Amino acid sequence: MRQPIVSLKEVSFQYDEQDRKALKSVSFDIFEGEWLAIVGHNGSGKSTMAKLLNGLQFPNEGEIIVTGTKLNEETIWEIRRKIGMVFQNPDNQFVGTTVQDDVAFGLENMGIPREEMVERVKDALKKVKMDAFLDQEPHHLSGGQKQRVAIAGVLALRPSIIILDEATSMLDPRGREEVLETVRALKDEKLLTVISITHDLEEAAKADRMIVMNKGEVYREGTPEEIFSMDDELIQLGLDIPFSVKMGKALRQQGVNLPKRYLSEEELVTEIWTSHSKR
Amino acid sequence: MMEKMIFGRYVPADSVVHKMDPRSKLIIIFLFVCIIFLANNWMTYALIAIYTFFMLGLSKVPARFLYGGLKPVLWLVVLTFLLQLFFTKEGSVVFEWGPIKFYEEGVRMGVFISLRFFFLILMTSLLTLTTTPIEITDGLESLLNPLKKIRFPVHEMALMMSISLRFIPTLMQETDKIMKAQTARGVEFSSGPFKERIKAVIPLLIPLFVSSFKRAEELAIAMEARGYRGGEGRTKYRQLSWGASDTVQLVILAVLTVLLILFRT
Amino acid sequence: MDISLEKVEYRYQANTPFERLAIADVSIHIPSGTYLALIGHTGSGKSTVLQHLNALLQPTEGTVKIGDYQIKSHQKNKNLKPVRKKVGIVFQFPEHQLFEETVEKDIMFGPMNFGVSEAEAKERARVSLTQVGLEEDILEKSPFDLSGGQMRRVAIAGVLAMDPDVIVLDEPTAGLDPRGRKEIMDMFYSLHKERQLSTILVTHSMEDAARYADQIVIMQQGRVAKQGTPEEIFSSPEDLLKMGLDVPDVVRFQLNLEKRTGRKLGKICLTIDELAASVAEMVSGGVRP
Repeated sequence: MRQPIVSLKEVSFQYDEQDRKALKSVSFDIFEGEWLAIVGHNGSGKSTMAKLLNGLQFPNEGEIIVTGTKLNEETIWEIRRKIGMVFQNPDNQFVGTTVQDDVAFGLENMGIPREEMVERVKDALKKVKMDAFLDQEPHHLSGGQKQRVAIAGVLALRPSIIILDEATSMLDPRGREEVLETVRALKDEKLLTVISITHDLEEAAKADRMIVMNKGEVYREGTPEEIFSMDDELIQLGLDIPFSVKMGKALRQQGVNLPKRYLSEEELVTEIWTSHSKR
Repeated sequence: MMEKMIFGRYVPADSVVHKMDPRSKLIIIFLFVCIIFLANNWMTYALIAIYTFFMLGLSKVPARFLYGGLKPVLWLVVLTFLLQLFFTKEGSVVFEWGPIKFYEEGVRMGVFISLRFFFLILMTSLLTLTTTPIEITDGLESLLNPLKKIRFPVHEMALMMSISLRFIPTLMQETDKIMKAQTARGVEFSSGPFKERIKAVIPLLIPLFVSSFKRAEELAIAMEARGYRGGEGRTKYRQLSWGASDTVQLVILAVLTVLLILFRT
Repeated sequence: MDISLEKVEYRYQANTPFERLAIADVSIHIPSGTYLALIGHTGSGKSTVLQHLNALLQPTEGTVKIGDYQIKSHQKNKNLKPVRKKVGIVFQFPEHQLFEETVEKDIMFGPMNFGVSEAEAKERARVSLTQVGLEEDILEKSPFDLSGGQMRRVAIAGVLAMDPDVIVLDEPTAGLDPRGRKEIMDMFYSLHKERQLSTILVTHSMEDAARYADQIVIMQQGRVAKQGTPEEIFSSPEDLLKMGLDVPDVVRFQLNLEKRTGRKLGKICLTIDELAASVAEMVSGGVRP
């Protein structure tokens, strides 16, 4: 049995000014090295979850355990070293006046000696392929580039978990792809655990596991295959289904025999080709 | 459009002055502002002029940028000269035309005071032309560091300055965007009676405030998530390095001071 | 109302050391009632084109014709209000332009700037709020107390209330969740049909372009790289991919399938159902290799 790296146990949360709970006794585990996508429409409670995981808010009930440590006001700074966050708006998380200053910001906060900082900044920027932009100012960067710098800022701190809080939702398709590719490579290479809070279903389809949130509760948990078998139920939840699932469904309606659901276009094309065209 | 407004904007160049430590530049400017008051005759003003032009030459900043920085304040220099000319009534009359009389002392004072003003502007704009705003911030933080002992929030002030510098271009883009959106909704920013134009500012300012508050809030959250908890125990990534040229520059300034004391009357 | 751009060029900060050419030699004709999608990467010049559509920018070369108005380079243009009244622009993240104390006042702001009476503006506020799918009871609320999605709709209502003939949309669904995105796009489409508007959609989404537009213009490096009907544009998907642009999912799927099987489906399909039917026909042996 794999050990969870993060566990949520019966977590509830309510904002002061609201009369409805934003999260209602949410429980789930996150395992080391996986890519977990948390999906839900706007207002489903998924952003609140991000805030709780990083200790920007504390649960009213229940507890959150990160690598064996219970998250509370005393352990918060220790836990923040283990969890890095990338937020939605690329501009509003860029603190430094240049790319390298921004990456160094977190290191400065941790009191890392300067020689080591220089190393780590360079290293982190190389990993996100932004090492050619050391002295660039933020207003000369694209949204995707700024988000990659934000990822470098997280990487430099060497956390074990990265949370993407709708980090691609303000980007154009090219920027979105850049950012996701970067994270994917990092996950493959470093065993970084990725928690991606998103409403981009194409992105979620590539995750190892998905959690669907609705009205502050975990509505469903499972592999992308399991989740996308919900079909119209997902659309009723304000979400969408990936193109290849829709295509498969349309083909079946046209009487084309397909043995299962395909989450990637490649698989579906291969299936049509091998089982039908060659006859 | 707004880029022109920034007075004495940084001009990158490869010069001794650019490479100097911002701390030495700040000290030199501060001292220069003090010792310029030592000058009180033609000889001492000549020394100041030589020094100023020597520094300008070293900086390799093209004259047109200097002029660009000077232009908005040049009328003040002229005004100073005219005030002295008209209101100082000492010495012999050098010019008379009807009721208007110019006195020898008036001319002398007018020239000296406006020259003093002129050199001050040149030297301070030399600082901003050769030093990036963030370097100035670092320099100030380092120089003011001893004030921490009396609980002066040096680190917080420096951080505030650097974040403001970081967000100026972002806010300018935002302003431009909102102006266009409101123009499309029928607001006229650049024409119409004065009263109407003042009213037109409201649909621009309110959205700008709202978004700035939102930015500030999000930025604070992002900073906290990245482990920011005040200046305590923080290390610094940006480094200042005091080189030989900084010491040499201070010595030159000391020599200038001695000469000024010797030659003043 | 027809709009035409004739050989339009625009340079930012012309005659300064910072001069930058944004668009050049752009000619686009938009007949009344067209739904046109303007596509291109960030920096391709599409937002510069957009700003010419209601004279927010004056071309540095060429002419922009908006109905009977002509906006030419090198010539002072006075009184642009009638043009702006006819062409409503919904900017990206339009909720950032809200500023009034109440939703009603904010929606009334545009119409009243263009000389509509208060009573009429109030009525329009009510109507356009319903059109964007919100309830009338929020009219008296502060726009800043609404959710993000509601704010977006109020801002859109503010543009609709100006009763424009042409509506220009700059990425109107950016940042919305899938449901919100679909609702907003469908709403604009039905408005386009009902009010017989000309609609110009600036977007990254090939899906939306394929689904809604009658005409597509593709911008690249400040120039028009391609224009035509969706069928024309997507019948040569390789060209788009070469430009580093996406093609709609359906088109990409068809292209992949045709490559893999070595068979052509005969025509380019723009909807899932159309494609599924063609594929079904192919696998049942209807299309010969």
